[in-house]
Order: sequence, then C-alpha cells, then structure tokens
Amino acid sequence: MKFRIYRYNPEVDKKPYVQEYELENIEPGMMLLAALLRIKDELDESLSFRRSCGEGVCGSDGMNINGVNGLACITPLDSLKQPVEIRPLPGLPVIRDLIIDMDMFYKQYRAVKPYLVVNDPMPEVELKQTPEQREKLDGLYECVLCACCSTACPSFWWNPDKFLGPAALLQASRFIEDSRDQAFEQRLEDLEGPFKLFRCHTIMNCVQVCPKGLNPTKAIGRIKHRMVTRSL
Amino acid sequence: MNTTTGQTVERRQFDTLIIGAGGGGLRAALKLAEADLNVAVVSKVFPTRSHTVAAQGGMNAALANVLPDNWHWHMFDTVKGSDYLGDQDAIEYMCRAAPKAVYELEHFGVPFSRLDNGKIYQRAFGGQSQNFGGDQAARTCAAADRTGHAILHSLYQQNIRARTHFFDEYFAVDLLRDDEGHVLGAVVFNIHDGQIVVIEAKTTLIATGGAGQLFKTTTNALINTGDGMGMAMRAGIPLQDMEFFQFHPTGIAGRGMLITEGARGEGGYLVNGEGERLMERYAPKAKDLASRDVVSRAIAIEIREGRGCGPNKDYVLLKLDHLGEAVIQKRLPGIRQTCITFLGIDPVEEPIPVFPTAHYTMGGIPTNRHGQVVVPVKDTPEEPVAGLYAAGECACVSVHGGNRLGGNSLLDILVFGRAAANHIIAYLKENKYHRKLSDEELARVVENARRYDRPKADGESVAELRRELKQVMEEHCGVFRNKDVLKEGVDKVEALAQRVKNIRIDDQSATFNTAKVEAYELENLIAVAQATVNSAFAREESRGAHSRIDFPERDDKAWMRHSLYSFEQGLDYKPVRTKPISVESFPPKPRVY
Repeated sequence: MKFRIYRYNPEVDKKPYVQEYELENIEPGMMLLAALLRIKDELDESLSFRRSCGEGVCGSDGMNINGVNGLACITPLDSLKQPVEIRPLPGLPVIRDLIIDMDMFYKQYRAVKPYLVVNDPMPEVELKQTPEQREKLDGLYECVLCACCSTACPSFWWNPDKFLGPAALLQASRFIEDSRDQAFEQRLEDLEGPFKLFRCHTIMNCVQVCPKGLNPTKAIGRIKHRMVTRSL
Repeated sequence: MNTTTGQTVERRQFDTLIIGAGGGGLRAALKLAEADLNVAVVSKVFPTRSHTVAAQGGMNAALANVLPDNWHWHMFDTVKGSDYLGDQDAIEYMCRAAPKAVYELEHFGVPFSRLDNGKIYQRAFGGQSQNFGGDQAARTCAAADRTGHAILHSLYQQNIRARTHFFDEYFAVDLLRDDEGHVLGAVVFNIHDGQIVVIEAKTTLIATGGAGQLFKTTTNALINTGDGMGMAMRAGIPLQDMEFFQFHPTGIAGRGMLITEGARGEGGYLVNGEGERLMERYAPKAKDLASRDVVSRAIAIEIREGRGCGPNKDYVLLKLDHLGEAVIQKRLPGIRQTCITFLGIDPVEEPIPVFPTAHYTMGGIPTNRHGQVVVPVKDTPEEPVAGLYAAGECACVSVHGGNRLGGNSLLDILVFGRAAANHIIAYLKENKYHRKLSDEELARVVENARRYDRPKADGESVAELRRELKQVMEEHCGVFRNKDVLKEGVDKVEALAQRVKNIRIDDQSATFNTAKVEAYELENLIAVAQATVNSAFAREESRGAHSRIDFPERDDKAWMRHSLYSFEQGLDYKPVRTKPISVESFPPKPRVY
C-alpha cells in the first residue's frame, strides 16, 4: 500500500515536502495508525506524529487523510483511496511532520470557561439531575479535543484568534445546557459580538469530520436559539 | 548552569512537582492549586490524552443509590478480591472515602448517568456483594461507558479554573536526590524543542500510570510505559508486587480493545464454543460477575481444553444482543461503537469475540495510605522517602493486592491523589525551603538526560527491542505461569536489559523527537519487566492474578507478604498490613464466587 506523507522538520528543511512510503502485508481491518506505526518502526524512525490510546478516545492522532480530517486510529485502511495522502491538520502552525501547534485551539477552549459554575453552597451529596436533564449533555460532553472540527472550519482558518471555533463552542454549549450550571446568563453574554460565535456560517465541515459523530453546528444553533429566547 | 556540551539549562522552582496528568495527578494538582501552592504538572502528553480517558465502566462507591450498600461491604469485597494481599488499612481508608470522592467529582461537573430520582446511576460490577459475600451489589457509578473520559475532562477543566501550571508535552527523565536521600524534583525535557529543564521541587508526586505496554496484546494506550516506575527504580526505590498483572477477561480477541466489565454488569454473559454459559462452571453464584482473575482463568481454561469459539477455537463470545438496542445505546454506547469500528460487529445483533488481555499493573512504587513512597530501611519495612509521593496505577498502596476489582482503579486515583495532596500540604508547612541541589547531582542527572543526544554508528533498534520485549512478556508472563517458562522469561528480559544499553537513535533532531521519547520509554519498560518477571519467578504460589500451574494453591504461611524488587537488592519481602484503621481485620479465607 502506498502512502504520501507531508514532511517538515524546521531544523533541516527550508520548506515542507512529500515523502512516499510503501508497506507490504497490510492485514485486513488494519487502521491507518497501525500503518504509520509500522512505517516509523520499520522504515523511518524520524516520521513524527502524536498518538496514544489507539481507539479513538484520547484525540491525539488527528490528521488530514486524503483531504479529510480524522483520527488515524479509527480510520480503516481499506476505506482509503491509494496513494493515501496524509497531511497535518490544516490552519494551525506545523511543529514537525504531522504535529501541529495546538496552542490557539486550547486557548479558545479555555476561553469558554469550560467548567461547571455553581454559586450556591454545595450539598453533602450529589446535585440532582433528572435523566432528561442529563440527556441534554449527550452529544456535547463526548468531545475528545482532537481539533479535527476547528481545523476543518474556514471561519477558524481566517480568525483562529477571534472565532472560538466549533470545538470550543461545543464545550460552551455543554455547560450552557447543564442543568447544574449557574453561569447561564454570563456564558451567553460572553459569546456576544461579531466574532466569538457569530463567525460560524454553518458551513458544517465540523459535522462532516467529527470522528465521534458529534454535531457542533447544531450546538452552535442551540446557543443562538438560547440567546434569542433570552433577549425576548 | 553549563554542562560539558556548553548548553545552558533552565532551572525552575516549585513547591510541588507532579509527574503525570491523568486522574491521580490532576486530582492532586487541583487540591494543591486550591491551597495556593505553586504546582507544576509535567506530562508527556496533553492532559486529556492521559490513559484515564479510556476508563469505561465506572467508579465504585457505596452510595446505595440502587441497592443497599455500605463502605464496610465494599471493603470486604476489595480485601477478598485482592486475594488477601491488599493492605487493609489502605483499603478501609479508600472505601470510606469513596462516596465523598464521587460527590466531589459530581460537583466538579462530571456528567454521571442518572436514575429517575436524579441521583447518580450505579451498575453492578464484578466481585461486588451486599452483606459480606451475599447478593450482588450495584456499586459502580457510571457516565454511560465513558466514565474515565468524563472524569479526566472535568478534572482538567477544574484545573483550568484553578490556573494550575502545566508543562504539556514535557518528558520527565530522572529524579533528583541529595545525599540524605531527599527527593528534590526531576530533570525533564521539552519535547517541542528538546530543551532540558531542571525542576526543583520541595515535594514530587509520581502519577505516571501503568505499564500495559509490556505486553503484545493490551488494552492500554501506547503511552503506558511505566515511566515513573522506571524512574523510581533508577533512583534506588524498589517496586512492589509487580508479579500481579491483571488480564482483563474481555479484550477484543486479537486486537486488545477493552470491552468494559459493565457489559456483563448490564446483563451480558460469556459463552464457549459449545454454546454454554461457561462461568456457571467456575463461579456458580456470581457467574459472569466473579473477580477478573477468576473469569480470565476460566476463559483461558475453556480455550486450552478445546472449547473456544471460531475456526481456531481461540476465543470465547460475549453476548449482549439479548439486552436490546435501547439498553446498549444508553448504557454502553462507547463499546458498541468500538465493536462496529474495529470488528464490523454490532453487539446489538452479534456477540463479541473476546480474550483475556493485559490491562492493569497492580504492583508499583510502594506507598503508605498518605501517598508517601516508603522503602525498607534496616529493620523498618516502610520508611518514607522524604519529599517523594506516588499515586494511582504507578503506585502500590496496596489496595488491589493480587487482583484489582473493576471500578476500584478510578477510585484509587481519586482517593490517593487527594490523600497525597493533603499530606504534601502538611509536609510543606514543616518544610518551607528548597533543599540544596548539589552541582554533582545536577550534572550527573543532566548528563544522563542527554544520553541519546550523540549519534552512534552502530547499535540496537528501539522498535526491535520493544517488539521482542512484548513478545517475551506475552509468552512468559501471561495468565498461567510455571517455573520453566518464567525462568526463560527472566533470562530473556535480562538479556534485553543488557542490549538496551546499546540503543542507537539516528534521529538527532531537537524538534519533537518522538524517536528519543520512545527510547526512554523502552528503558522504563525493560526496568519494569525485570521487576515483573523476577518477582513472578520467585513467588511459588497462586494468588490473585499470579497463577502458577506448578503451585496451584495459595500459600498464606509462606507467601502472604509483599514482594519488593530493586536493582540494588534484588528481591526482598515485607508483611501485608492486615490491621485496618478502625474495624476488625478480614482473615484470609478460601476465595469462592
């Protein structure tokens, strides 16, 4: 199987280039991450990428695979057209090879204050939440922060410092929708303005690429709806 | 400072250095940051990539939200589950602290699944009973089957709120010590640019997780390379009970992905090649919810005796389809997706092929219940190492003894991450100043941290040694063991320990050099493997996860004691703490489920 992989090491390369690799003996059901690990182990130890859990829950190995962002560890090789073109996630600076600098992505995540705010005294037991209230968090809390969505979003490419991006907005929605949270008004207020939320033009790339099947566009729509009903 | 290579080394000072940003490290960090201490958290991956994220089924606490329960029953189950190797003071402490630990998490925002009355959902898990061995209990608090993800993200989020200082993607190489044995921090390097940073700390907490990468087939993430354990060993600290390695009964056969015990807790069961519910034979009462060591052995025996499933009869099936799509989608959505992704099988319709898979390191860095690292000094078996703490899977408190109960590992990291932080806070009140780090120690450790910075013409490949190590551990230190197989394992691992000294790395780049990181990881893995095989070879009995075909019985007279293995002393032993804090101890009994 043939792979064409983006390479760049700032210490030795003036500019990025594409390197070709070929692997024999691809086993049925093998994922792209397994192929990359074999390339690193057998052919070229200098090929650099992040990886950890290997099953789509840690969010380390987001990359651009044949033009589409995804997690290498849950992308089956037999779903991919050859040669497989692998590039770093677009829109953020490249540190080396497939490893991007995610500082801006994390900064936007922190900007939505992604933690539960409760002002009342805490009970000695759990805060109550009905199954229906809890269900509102499904589709929001499962995000693995892989950045596939935000780096697929043209609005984020243009304004990564001003537009929060789909991943951070999904988190904002996760706390806005949490029946236990007491910063509802403040959270909505913080998202006002032309950029933070409203740069979303519902292009929906985020929905197409999310490896966890989440829907940030819908979450953003829900926030907008909350803003409208609040101002009425 | 300058060293022989002429590069300057950055030096930083903190009250506490935490190595590892999984649940244990983050719980401690939060407590310390909230106490206004100056804390540095060093992690080789961004915190939410830590392996806590992969925990599925839940966290035990006797909340009694679903069935009657109390902490004392939880304690009994844990002692029994440990095959009487667990320390009963630590177990009492953990089980008493469990409800509070869960409520704290809930207050931090963890999206636990809920019952109709608004309380936290709890499910049945293996080895749980009401009333000291009676009916099945439901003690495992769950957020669907993504409990670890929910907990790790919430803890990280709370640390964002507390403004904890993170060193993301820094690799800790070695501990710094002074002549009196105090631990003074660690030498780390920034993976982004290769720069070495000396982090001086009045207290250091190791929270680096387990070493599941020892084995070829494992449920563990690639980062689980026992780094803190290796670091401790190089600092002269022994590892405890390393022969006890848990094989999870239900890893996806041949691939290793974890299928939570919660699948059986929700009503799933195992069938063999003849269509029989195999656990009825091995655990008539608890059946599929017997302890993990019991279920793993049962599966291994079925397969060995020719009753496996599939063309090669080399796995058994986990049946869930009778639960219905609604239950599976609500309670087990994550493992459903994993099965679809990796097997093309939807458990709503088809059973899942499973096989016992390396999962959890019961042993680790010896600590007391305050998280202090303890080592034998002359006649004292447990003398604290000043300034050094460990918590979570890298530590051995020991609450898991010979076999950990499902749902007790998330509990362990939270209770002892918090306990360690409490002790650190008290310690720092008495120890206000940094101790002097000698130039010699600094130069030694920094030089050592540069050991792969010189190109070599010839040497061993990291990938090849790692492949051999995992193969050796799989073949020589698996579910069933005997003297000859283990002896061969010891010899092979010791040979690898010699070869690893001659690693060659061609990639000499300073920028995000993952080849170099993998070399350090391999060194750590091999150190942990040495402790594991040597301890397993020496222990001539069967207890918990350590099953010797040549010594099939538990031998409390000779072996109810903890193993300690260090480079300096080889094997040593210390007694089990059988005396709890406030209740009667549970004396060893035959273990029946």
